[in-house]
Amino acid sequence: MDQKQRSSFTYPPRNNSPQESFNPNYDYPQFNSQNRTESPYTPSQFFNSQAREWDPHALLSNLSFLEQKIHQMQNIVREMIRTNEGQNCNISELTAQRQLLTTDLTSTIIQLISTAGSFLPTIRTSLLSGNAPIPQLGSSIPSASSAPSPSAYQPNPSPDYEELTKGWGENVVESAGQIQIEDLDVKEGEDVGQDGDTLPIGSYEVLQLEKEEILAPHTHFCTICGKGFKRDANLRMHMRGHGDEYKSPAALAKPAREPGSQPIPVKRYSCPFVGCKRNKEHKNFQPLKTLLCVKNHYKRSHCEKSYTCSRCNTKKFSVLADLKTHEKHCGRDKWLCSCGTTFSRKDKLFGHVALFQGHTPALPSDEVKGKNEEINDKDDSGGVGYNDGDEYLDMKGGYFSPMVNFDSFSFEGLDEFSRTTFDPTENSFSFLRSGSPDFARKGPGN
Amino acid sequence: MEMETRMKKRIRVEANTEPSESPFEALSEEILFLILDLLDSNPLDKKSFSLVSRSFFAVEARHRRSLTPLRPELLPFVLSRYNSISHLNLTLCPYLSDASLSSIASLLGPSLRSINLSGSRSYSHRGIESLANKCFNLEEIDVSNGVELTDEAAAAIGRMSKVERVRMGRCKKVTDLGIGCIAVCCPNLKLLCLKGCVGVTDLGVALIAVKCRKLRSLDVSFTMITKKCLPAIAQLPNLEDLCMTGCLGINDKALVTLKQGFKSLQALDMSNCQNISQASVSSILQKNPSLHHLNLSYCSPVNSMLSGLHGVFKLNSIKLDGCHVSTDGLKSLANSCISLKELSLSKCSGVTDEGISVIVAKHKDLVKLDATCCRYITDLSLAAITSSCASLVSLSMESCTKVTWEGFRLIGRHCPKLEELNLTDTDLDDEGLTSLSQCQNLTSLKIGICLKITDEGLIQIGRSCPHLQELDLYRSIGITDKGVSEIARGCSNLETICMSYCTSISDESLKCLSNCARLNTLEIRGCSLVSSVGISAIAARCCNLSKLDIKKCYEINDAAMLSFARFSHNLRQINLSYCSVTDVGVSALASISCLQVVTMLHLSGMSADGLAAALLMCGSLMKVKLHVSFKPFISPVLINRVESRGCMFQWLNKPFQVQLESSEVWKQQSHDIFVE
Repeated sequence: MDQKQRSSFTYPPRNNSPQESFNPNYDYPQFNSQNRTESPYTPSQFFNSQAREWDPHALLSNLSFLEQKIHQMQNIVREMIRTNEGQNCNISELTAQRQLLTTDLTSTIIQLISTAGSFLPTIRTSLLSGNAPIPQLGSSIPSASSAPSPSAYQPNPSPDYEELTKGWGENVVESAGQIQIEDLDVKEGEDVGQDGDTLPIGSYEVLQLEKEEILAPHTHFCTICGKGFKRDANLRMHMRGHGDEYKSPAALAKPAREPGSQPIPVKRYSCPFVGCKRNKEHKNFQPLKTLLCVKNHYKRSHCEKSYTCSRCNTKKFSVLADLKTHEKHCGRDKWLCSCGTTFSRKDKLFGHVALFQGHTPALPSDEVKGKNEEINDKDDSGGVGYNDGDEYLDMKGGYFSPMVNFDSFSFEGLDEFSRTTFDPTENSFSFLRSGSPDFARKGPGN
Repeated sequence: MEMETRMKKRIRVEANTEPSESPFEALSEEILFLILDLLDSNPLDKKSFSLVSRSFFAVEARHRRSLTPLRPELLPFVLSRYNSISHLNLTLCPYLSDASLSSIASLLGPSLRSINLSGSRSYSHRGIESLANKCFNLEEIDVSNGVELTDEAAAAIGRMSKVERVRMGRCKKVTDLGIGCIAVCCPNLKLLCLKGCVGVTDLGVALIAVKCRKLRSLDVSFTMITKKCLPAIAQLPNLEDLCMTGCLGINDKALVTLKQGFKSLQALDMSNCQNISQASVSSILQKNPSLHHLNLSYCSPVNSMLSGLHGVFKLNSIKLDGCHVSTDGLKSLANSCISLKELSLSKCSGVTDEGISVIVAKHKDLVKLDATCCRYITDLSLAAITSSCASLVSLSMESCTKVTWEGFRLIGRHCPKLEELNLTDTDLDDEGLTSLSQCQNLTSLKIGICLKITDEGLIQIGRSCPHLQELDLYRSIGITDKGVSEIARGCSNLETICMSYCTSISDESLKCLSNCARLNTLEIRGCSLVSSVGISAIAARCCNLSKLDIKKCYEINDAAMLSFARFSHNLRQINLSYCSVTDVGVSALASISCLQVVTMLHLSGMSADGLAAALLMCGSLMKVKLHVSFKPFISPVLINRVESRGCMFQWLNKPFQVQLESSEVWKQQSHDIFVE
């Protein structure tokens, strides 16, 4: 239910936290729009970032989106009526459509409320304080700890929030719509609880990354210098170099673990390839669960298979890990029965032989065996090289990945060192970083 | 022997010239076959028989069913004479090529029923394939020790569809696939030995159990099997004998969780399964009420194996060697078994007089009792044993040092059926030995390291034990020529005698012993008084002599070797370290056609060249132990050549040691162990 609300509500969890302003996503919206991998945008979320700096344009676009959605639903209902008249309907299809309609309706209502919600607090603040409407919600938050925020929808046990909700309810919402939404939410929440894997459509955010983003080696980018990272943790460590404000324990902690934060909305991913079953436009859309799934799916299904197995020279793969898995078994898993059936595992072969009369485990024939031996010999010689390569890679992993960390961690120490030594020149290079006061302070300390 | 042969040849020649005159021609083939049936005990008798006449020769060839050839290169000739051989034992041929196997296959063809190839490792799956192609009546094959045999060899065995007994111990390269081929293609399999086939896992064994429902005997010793294949084995309807020695993958859990027992199992060997304990034992016994033989040797040296047994078991024989067996355990064993016939408690810790008394009081039919190294038992145990087990046939009490003359007197008085007695390293004296002479059925008597016995006792034994076949007098230093000559006179069936380190023994003893025509094993290590004269007398008259140990008999020289070369055509194994033998003697020895194992360390008179010549000449060698100092002087080419004939070299680096260790010190050491 929480997730539900949040997905409709789309106020990011960090919205209320004091570090909010440090979050590059919100400080640099233009950057975000370029870099969706960091913070994927759905239409609803798009509303939010707009809604925070409340303006009529955003409201208009929201409303027009809702209009579109309602049109869509109209179409669906028309379709249903038509099929009903045709009498050739099938019950399961009907129920599926009905379910689709319900979820669509729900999400529309939620979006409507959220649009209204982004609108209402400003009214409320103005009502309570009698001040002029504060255009930026973010700036209003520190002062408005007593002020109701959209997060008041969250059933938070803290008394402050209860008060807030009460106030909200007293002052604004006594409408049937609100109650209806909550009822629906409960329902949906139960659904989610029953089957977390097959979430009903509309109960999650659908994110779709562009092809380039999927194939990019890095997924986390520094908003200041643009450097890319594979892991958010590495990015966070990197951010420390950009100033003291990034060094607080809260900034370094995992975002999800922030105390009092709201749970992350349920996200599902869509494949950008139109016509793919994993694409959100597909009739039987099956969303992908994680970013890794998206990457592997996209590479496997829509990319060239550029990795060829060196043993059999026939199997090709587009994901390196798949090749490695295959190479482990390639050529060795031919457990053959006299009937010609092959098995990947010896116990499967023996189960088969035990079951059928007259079937014998077949030995590799001399000729084949000779070949195999040759191949194996080759493999041994080549394999050594390959293994060496592997070891080398492992070594790289072992010896060089700390270097990467070094880059983000200990380089700072080095930096400090170098900076102390070259203090005089520091200022001349200060344009490199915005947080240079940090170093100015540190330099003399060392 | 040669004289006899020549005489018979002359007879044959005469028979040829005047055929109608020969009285032997009147005998029909049936009668000759009946005569031959009775001649099975001694191989030389048959040889003489076939030399009587040409027809006798042919009849003997037709009658013979089993053959144990010594040299594979003569096989084609031998087999063309004996073409109705059904059992071929090739264990004495260390080098068997695929070619010789295929010639055997084509010569014998369908008449061959059983073949034993366990002595050789130089053939491959091709040889077995040729056997499978031509000898389609083969029922039994033994390819043990074929360490180079692969799954293809097993598949070839699988092609012998009538095969019932397959032994393939130590075929380390055979895997589940090969076993699978045998399992699927040999539905008549009754016996399978996979001892030490480390490539075989649960899958193969389980498949055998699924497919070969007629299996009676299964040996999976020293394999990697675990509990996974046990349920399948337990389902075998006819399995009687299961051997799981040294299967470390079998543990209590595997046996206790086994839902039902093995259906028809009679003998179970679980020795050296170190992961099983008392829980499994009671589970096994309760689930397999028909079990007769159980071997639990060296399973659990710490925990008592038998505590908490309850139920009624039909056990006939149980071996608990090396386990910890408490008095309570023996009590519960005594109460739960109906009738024990054999009990082995060798090296068991915790065995007391009380335990033994309880067992023997309950099981009066005990035939065989092994109490080796049960050091705490005394005359009380012997009193209990002798008073209740009148039918005792075999008793071993080695190193039971607390037993006194009183106990031995009881044995002599109450155990008339005793045939095997081992009293090595006990306090036996002449008085005891004299009373033991009342056991007139004794065939085997081991009284080594009994320092108190003298000729006086031994003379009594010689006079009253005519059936004695084996006598061990190792380090019983009180024995002299007088006692041994009395033995030689009284025990004409003697086959094995060990007098090592009985330093008073001289040529006189050997001259007397040469009357024992069946003598095949003689050990006189360290008897420095013995010379070539005595040993030549043995060689000349004991033509069955096959095993000889004359280490440290310094007086023995080339003369003895020459007489061996002349008379001892059956000599297989000899240790002549420290003897005064030169190149002449060694090359004479090498002319013995069936010599297999030779140990030659510290032969002062032997040169590297003499050794090389001897090695080249002796084609039947299987194992040679030599001092490492010879190694650089023998050409590697020669070594390779000898090794390719199937001979193994063992290069030892033992120091030269002339001084004999005194036997008293030896005895003292064994006492020290006891004190500890």
